[in-house]
Amino acid sequence: MIEILDPAGHASVQDAGRLGWRHIGVGRSGAMDTLALTTANLLLGNAPGAAAIEIPGAPMRLRFLVDTAFALAGADAGARLAGRPAPTDWRDFARAGEELELGHARRGVFSYVAVAGGIDTPPALGSRSTHLRGGFGGFEGRLLAPGDRLPIGASGAGAHAFGVVAPEAALPIEGAADDATTVRVLPAAEYEAFAPQSREAFWTTAWRISGQSNRAGYRLIGPTLDLAHPIEMRSHGLVPGVIQGPAGGQPIIQLADAYTAGGYPKIGVVIEPDLWRIAQTPLGGRLRFRRCDHAEALAAHDALEAHLARIRIWIATCGFDAPAARGSAA
Amino acid sequence: MQRDRAREAPHVSPMGLGAVLFEAPGAFDLAAQRRVWALARAVEAWPGVVEAAPGMTNLLVSFDAPLRDPGAVERALIAAWDAAAPLDVEPRRFELPVVYGGEGGPDLDHMARETGLTRDEVVAIHAGRDYTVFALGSHPGYGYLGVVDPRLFIPRRQTPRVSVPAGSVSIGGWQTGASASDGPSGWHTIGHTSQRFFDPGGSPPALLRPGDVIRFVATAILP
Repeated sequence: MIEILDPAGHASVQDAGRLGWRHIGVGRSGAMDTLALTTANLLLGNAPGAAAIEIPGAPMRLRFLVDTAFALAGADAGARLAGRPAPTDWRDFARAGEELELGHARRGVFSYVAVAGGIDTPPALGSRSTHLRGGFGGFEGRLLAPGDRLPIGASGAGAHAFGVVAPEAALPIEGAADDATTVRVLPAAEYEAFAPQSREAFWTTAWRISGQSNRAGYRLIGPTLDLAHPIEMRSHGLVPGVIQGPAGGQPIIQLADAYTAGGYPKIGVVIEPDLWRIAQTPLGGRLRFRRCDHAEALAAHDALEAHLARIRIWIATCGFDAPAARGSAA
Repeated sequence: MQRDRAREAPHVSPMGLGAVLFEAPGAFDLAAQRRVWALARAVEAWPGVVEAAPGMTNLLVSFDAPLRDPGAVERALIAAWDAAAPLDVEPRRFELPVVYGGEGGPDLDHMARETGLTRDEVVAIHAGRDYTVFALGSHPGYGYLGVVDPRLFIPRRQTPRVSVPAGSVSIGGWQTGASASDGPSGWHTIGHTSQRFFDPGGSPPALLRPGDVIRFVATAILP
């Protein structure tokens, strides 16, 4: 068990997301930074999509009620275990009664606290992710609150301490801007329907992330995007990463808690292997979109998979845990 | 008036690396939608397909890995569309009581102004026909209903409302529906129903399913 002591922000239980329920309107949910979630789980020998605690940049304290291996990934929130530093992208071991404390994020936004065996709340519609709008999944379908006690799954992971290279260092984007987070974008179906100057502005603007942003989507502040001719579209399925451009309005990037469907014209889609970069850019921060084609997007996907494969191989080679010690499935 | 965009031929576009959107050609009508349901059934059986989710005369197909050859998927989808015969669904009927206008229907006046109708006419036209559940989507249990009378056609709001309550009855383009939970909306909210639509522990969790027939019944029109 883990006891939540002090969640000031919007901490929640998230896993790799809920797939296969779009046809009844249930979206993915899941970690905003799935790369961080996966990394934390690999460090512990868990299934890659096992459930963890997602903490969006605000201070938080929790207490381990049992001896357990745990891992931190995602943002650097200056975490301390029983007063001593607990680095990011790092696995450590907590004794029963020890407290883990996270501060304001110093780098990035979303932190993940994963435990060996995974957070073992009851799955809803096949996932432990919290569906906030629907009020199900995660811990009682809601954000975490002081006094909540989260069950953890069985694991034989031992008292080792080790870490892996940060994803920003392992997966650089060549020539990325200094003034903004650069993400790669595939033009979407209505790209050509936007006015030429709006298309140009889309690629050249350092877009500011509005404070009116959340896990469902990030609204962007910058020049308005105009359509060459108005289109009223039929509603259709959406995926995280789609950038919609309401007529004369602010672009919106659909993210983990996005609606499963919508009908504003789509100017582009942030490629899935870059979504974690958006998740780790704070509100008020800036984003730049770099145009890519299908082959470049595939190369980005393959680079991310190769990074995860290197982590897997390295951990297996070191032989920290017996092969039998595996976390519960996601 | 802004009209909706009809495709002249079946259209397939990428949605990132691991999904594609199929759009049926022609008018926004039930005949096309019945073919979309048939296409969804066929595509769900393809290897690597995680889900085929119908929208309004379109279909989002998600795969378990990035597509290495999107052109092959496009060709297969168009061939499957050509082969799809309209799916027959046994409709169930639901009558949803609606209080139009007032606090629960803040956009009724705007609708009347934009369409040149009176408030009572907007209500009479909206409640005066059967709608078919074309698809479920947006948020859990929400049914997209069609087709709205042309006199009530109205483009979506330029800026979505931050939140409308569960039960909000709204119109967007040719589409109408009733919110299944509180949340943002880019449509025009003209009334409110007390009907519940989703229970995550239920079997099935969603009240509605594609093909069901809905009738809105005006219980009051508030100023």
